[in-house]
Amino acid sequence: MEALSKKRIEEEKVSLDPDEFMAPETLKLDILSKYPPKVARKKAKQIIVNRKESEEKYPEIQANVRTVPGIISQRGCCYAGCKGVVMGPTRDIINLTHGPIGCGFFSWLTRRNQTDPSTTPDGHNFMNYCFSTDMEDKEIIFGGEKKLRAAIQEAYDIFKPKMISVFATCPVGLIGDDVHAVTREMEEKLGITIFGFSCEGYKGVSQSAGHHVANNGLFQHVIGLDNTVKEGDYRVNLLGEYNIGGDAFEIERVLNKCGITIISTFSGNSSVDFFANSHTADLNLIMCHRSINYVAEMMEKKYGIPWFKINFLSAGGMSRSLRKIAEYYGEQKLIDCVEEVIAEEMPAVKKAQAEVRPRLEGKLAMMFVGGSRAHHYQEMFREMGMIPFCAGYEFAHRDDYEGRQVLPNLKVDADSRNIEELKVAKDPDRYNPRISIEELEALERNGIKLRDYEGMMTDMPSGTIVIDDISQYETERLLETYKPAVFCAGIKEKYTVQKHGIPMKQLHSYDNGGPYAGYRGAINFYHEIDRMVNSKVWDHIKSPWEKSPELAARYAYE
Amino acid sequence: MLLRHTSKEIAERKSLTVNPAKTCQPIGAMYASLGIHGCLPHSHGSQGCYAYHRSTLTRHYKEPVMAATSSFTEGASVFGGQANLLQAIDNIFTIYDPEIIAVHTTCLSETIGDDVPQIFGKAETDGKIPEGKYVFHANTPSYVGTHVTGFANMTKAMVDYFAKQNGHKENRINIIPGWVEPSDMKEIKRIAGELGINFIMFPDTDNVLNSPQTGKFEMYPKGGVTIDELISTGSSSGTVALGGLASGPAARALDSKCKVPCKILDLPIGIKATDRFVDALRKMAGVNVPESINIERGQLIDIVTDMQAYFYHKKVALVGDPDQLVALTEFLVSIDMMPIHIVTGTKDKKFEKKILSLTEEMPYDVNVKSGGDMYLFHQWVKNEPVDLLIGNTYVKYIARDEDIPFIRYGFPILDRIGHSYFPMVCYRGGMRFLEKILDALMNRIDRDSSEIEFDLVM
Repeated sequence: MEALSKKRIEEEKVSLDPDEFMAPETLKLDILSKYPPKVARKKAKQIIVNRKESEEKYPEIQANVRTVPGIISQRGCCYAGCKGVVMGPTRDIINLTHGPIGCGFFSWLTRRNQTDPSTTPDGHNFMNYCFSTDMEDKEIIFGGEKKLRAAIQEAYDIFKPKMISVFATCPVGLIGDDVHAVTREMEEKLGITIFGFSCEGYKGVSQSAGHHVANNGLFQHVIGLDNTVKEGDYRVNLLGEYNIGGDAFEIERVLNKCGITIISTFSGNSSVDFFANSHTADLNLIMCHRSINYVAEMMEKKYGIPWFKINFLSAGGMSRSLRKIAEYYGEQKLIDCVEEVIAEEMPAVKKAQAEVRPRLEGKLAMMFVGGSRAHHYQEMFREMGMIPFCAGYEFAHRDDYEGRQVLPNLKVDADSRNIEELKVAKDPDRYNPRISIEELEALERNGIKLRDYEGMMTDMPSGTIVIDDISQYETERLLETYKPAVFCAGIKEKYTVQKHGIPMKQLHSYDNGGPYAGYRGAINFYHEIDRMVNSKVWDHIKSPWEKSPELAARYAYE
Repeated sequence: MLLRHTSKEIAERKSLTVNPAKTCQPIGAMYASLGIHGCLPHSHGSQGCYAYHRSTLTRHYKEPVMAATSSFTEGASVFGGQANLLQAIDNIFTIYDPEIIAVHTTCLSETIGDDVPQIFGKAETDGKIPEGKYVFHANTPSYVGTHVTGFANMTKAMVDYFAKQNGHKENRINIIPGWVEPSDMKEIKRIAGELGINFIMFPDTDNVLNSPQTGKFEMYPKGGVTIDELISTGSSSGTVALGGLASGPAARALDSKCKVPCKILDLPIGIKATDRFVDALRKMAGVNVPESINIERGQLIDIVTDMQAYFYHKKVALVGDPDQLVALTEFLVSIDMMPIHIVTGTKDKKFEKKILSLTEEMPYDVNVKSGGDMYLFHQWVKNEPVDLLIGNTYVKYIARDEDIPFIRYGFPILDRIGHSYFPMVCYRGGMRFLEKILDALMNRIDRDSSEIEFDLVM
């Protein structure tokens, strides 16, 4: 994501001792040989040994394509991306799942999004609740719109929320319930904002489709509802930060210390009130590019808010991101303040790094998660002296791997085409370009690229392995072949990895930890990885009699 | 307050479920399938289903939970999932090499009407099922019944597909344990072993979802009922099925398919239900109850004798699944506790009647609801507070808001360990149940008693 990354890669190359470790290319062929030919052909394009081909050319990876049936993948569904990821962390909206009970039940409180209701005056917090129409066979046969209408009415009567959104699950799409018609009708009747999401689980190829659907819904129905302009010298939105384990709180602490005001976070610790006037911010900062870049682009088109990519995970990332924001605004006051904050925060970070480094230096880390985190956490591991050797995303697209310059060449396949691309025009009254073309060019000359993300692969040294939509089988092979010191993924992979005697860190839910963002978060993360990698438990796995299995015997005459 | 929008005023709801006390069929089917040795459960639906089920079971057991999916996309949803399932079967046997694939359907594949046996037929003709390997399925539409139904349907499918009569009755009993934990299954097996009975348990998740840390990952752990054993269930002399909802359908199917007579009992939770279980095994197998079991039973009764002052007339609110709640209510009443609010999300015609009859003599009005939710449960607790809450992890939000002692019991338990290792069934499990109840109640006494009343000896 930063200019310096490319330079670093030219200097760096990861190579493991060939006597001890199989070459990545050999492992790739070995993995592919296990697959039926059709699967192998597809997987060959998703398993990439990162080798820079020329000055500007990095290998191409296939991403955002269907998972082959029967392959055990990490992926979830469109509903999970829409309701679980993007809409779930907002506390004061009633998120009503229209479908059989499972979808609502499984997305109930399972994502560790923290929220602080004391910061909105009405104190609404529905996040601890699960709302569902609990469709049964009669609704599948005769249609569920009537039940949905009644459920919205009951939710309104009992809870008096200021907003309700409805999520369509697989059977809803199949039987043809029109959630949009029902929500429109109920919005008119009840006089509060009510809208629906067509996020049936079968749409798209992963959670990613659901992120897009959620972005569209927020943009159409919530963003721009309130034109109140909040106070603040530097007023930003933080996009793609979900406040897992309190990340957003730590980011907010640091930004506030620098004099930067967050208007709205999408969607960690969020309120629909914050979304409603987020279009009045000066700047959109993008954390998770994959899940939220659509909103950023649409807000730029409609309201003229520029965006750029930042990474608040890792101390280095945090400092660079703060400096980028300061340079963007170009005001000495902010530049000075940011430098002061960095100077104040870094000693503790350096101390923690120095403490863990001797125990972690040179060890391998692998991370297969999400659509951004597998990239964001690499710097964190490098700060501990570890080597992020293999990485990949669960639901990313090619631009998240190779950078946004590939976007014009991306083919839109049938699975992506069924996710609506909103046509966005300038708002006749509220469009206000925050930055002129001349200023933009000046910024770019200084290395501040707007509307850009350079992707993960360009930031990884040659000789590393990148796998899109990694399978259980590939995970096993990586673990056996390279025996990493730590493997990062999600809950489904957690215990399979640990049964190998290898510590596994969840980078979706952070296990029970966090925050890991910002300076204090980085310190937490260093200690966490140190604890896991160097835990005493790994020494206990073999019993004394397994360690020295020589026979114990007694002489017969004893 | 965590549940700040929950009020005392109970308004009738016909269409809105809030904080469900149930989930959908496929996860129950997945859990049951894991109780077959060398089995890979397969979810015939979109990826989200299996991702959610695997995640929830993984969080509950803190163990690997392997399963595959048909990964439906919009195309498959329109044209049917045959191609997806065929490809999945081929890939699974080639790459993951299980002995057997247990397919369960989802609301998606059920709504479009996929015919799984027909697809299996095609897989067979196409040679996608290797020699000596098996596929079988259960229909588990998410919009019918609950997770308990899914467990029951998958367990019944084991009978429908595999149980065979071999012409004569073997001196052997089938035990269907119901939806209980691996530790419970182990305990039930131990009791049968103490009685010296030859038995087959199915499904059996012991040594599957409580496997040891060895430094080596086993995709198919040691435990689980084998296919040969499932085939043999048809020639056993009888079946003891525990938990009518979860195990009844499989037991009745064995009876009608292979003429294996069955006895359907409550889950062996507490004194009386365990007595009935042991008695049924004894009579069916024609054995005597050994002294070792009498000792365990006596120890359980001894705890009740010694600690009855702490149980007496304490009010309890329970939420969970019908099979568990019926047995647990009987247990609580039998030790003079008062279960006064009882909610299950599963609709079961007999449930409310059974609970009311079990609590008939209790000097207190009882609220019971089948097909209810935790929102209603919480409202009842607000209106008539209790001394103890028993339910799955979600109940902790109520426990904290209302400041009531709480025991985790049921599915899912996402925030504590123990259930996979230490049983809650039979006499030993009953002792553990009492220990948990006493810990919860007595910790509260220690916390709340004044300095003057604070007791060393309790």
